[in-house]
Amino acid sequence: MSDTTTDPPVTPESEGTDTVVADVVPAGYDDGQDHIGLVHHTSTGLSNTKLAMWLFLGSECLLFGGLISTYMLYRNRQGDALGPDQLWDIPFTSATSFVLLMSSLTMVLAVSAAKRKDERGTRLWLTVTALLGGLFLAGQVYEFTVFYREGLGYTTSLFSSSFYTLTGFHGVHVAVGIIMLLALVGMLAKGRIIGDKAETVEMVGLYWHFVDVVWIVIFTLVYLVPA
Amino acid sequence: MSSDTETSMMTTTDDVPSQKQQDDLHHHEISDKNYIFIALFLAVLTAMEVAVTEISGVPEALLIPSLLVMMLIKFFIVVSYFMHLKHDSALFKFGFYVGLGGAIVLYSVMLATFHFFIT
Repeated sequence: MSDTTTDPPVTPESEGTDTVVADVVPAGYDDGQDHIGLVHHTSTGLSNTKLAMWLFLGSECLLFGGLISTYMLYRNRQGDALGPDQLWDIPFTSATSFVLLMSSLTMVLAVSAAKRKDERGTRLWLTVTALLGGLFLAGQVYEFTVFYREGLGYTTSLFSSSFYTLTGFHGVHVAVGIIMLLALVGMLAKGRIIGDKAETVEMVGLYWHFVDVVWIVIFTLVYLVPA
Repeated sequence: MSSDTETSMMTTTDDVPSQKQQDDLHHHEISDKNYIFIALFLAVLTAMEVAVTEISGVPEALLIPSLLVMMLIKFFIVVSYFMHLKHDSALFKFGFYVGLGGAIVLYSVMLATFHFFIT
């Protein structure tokens, strides 16, 4: 057989990208379809970008696993200093958790709009997601400020060090996510996205949802499970 | 087999995904309305988590497992539906779950080494 049977046809939509819509792809290429039925010109038939993102998120599990485990070990090691029970403001943290959870909804609505090629809707939902992320981050900064004023510095105790390191690392991830979202909005507005726009939005979405998923674990293990 | 014949074969009905395949793909698409329902469910679960901790007198033996179960439900709902991993390629699932499973095993061993689970 010649190569003509193994090369998926290039449509105007997929030209310049590694993506082909499944409806125009010959049989034999549908094994590697992703959840929206896209097939890619790669050895796996899948998007390399998406594969790299999932592997990156898998490695992030190891990073946050280490930080969470360290916190769990040290959460009762505060000596005479302030401990979790004297510090936590559960209603406030619940509100910020709710904000981050809703940002996952707006992010998925942005991805959905991008798949419909609704560029205005995509930019709108991405902006709302960035704003909600900013609100969450503002809440975290406020919380840190309150704890510091009450006497909980970074080096006050093993508990404080592990707490600030864990939640601080998460906060940095949120900040990076906000930068990615705003950069994406700007690039969409200026038409600077090369290749499949929906996939680019989806990649940022995967990162953002992961940040939310990590907070789901942190909120329960750090704030709700009694020390 | 000539190149022309091969090219013409690519346009036969065999080359187009079957109706079932297309139905499956459309079935996996989640509507915006359903995303809102999922988000509301997650919000309710979060509220239940907070409510359980606020109820006084709940024994720790019941409180901690219930919190962990609700946390896991929320975790897998976001990963499965918002991140679409449930209907995505097995290779993506492998990449993520190997990292997640590796982290759980590694840090469980680490915590056990430091006698974390002994009360």
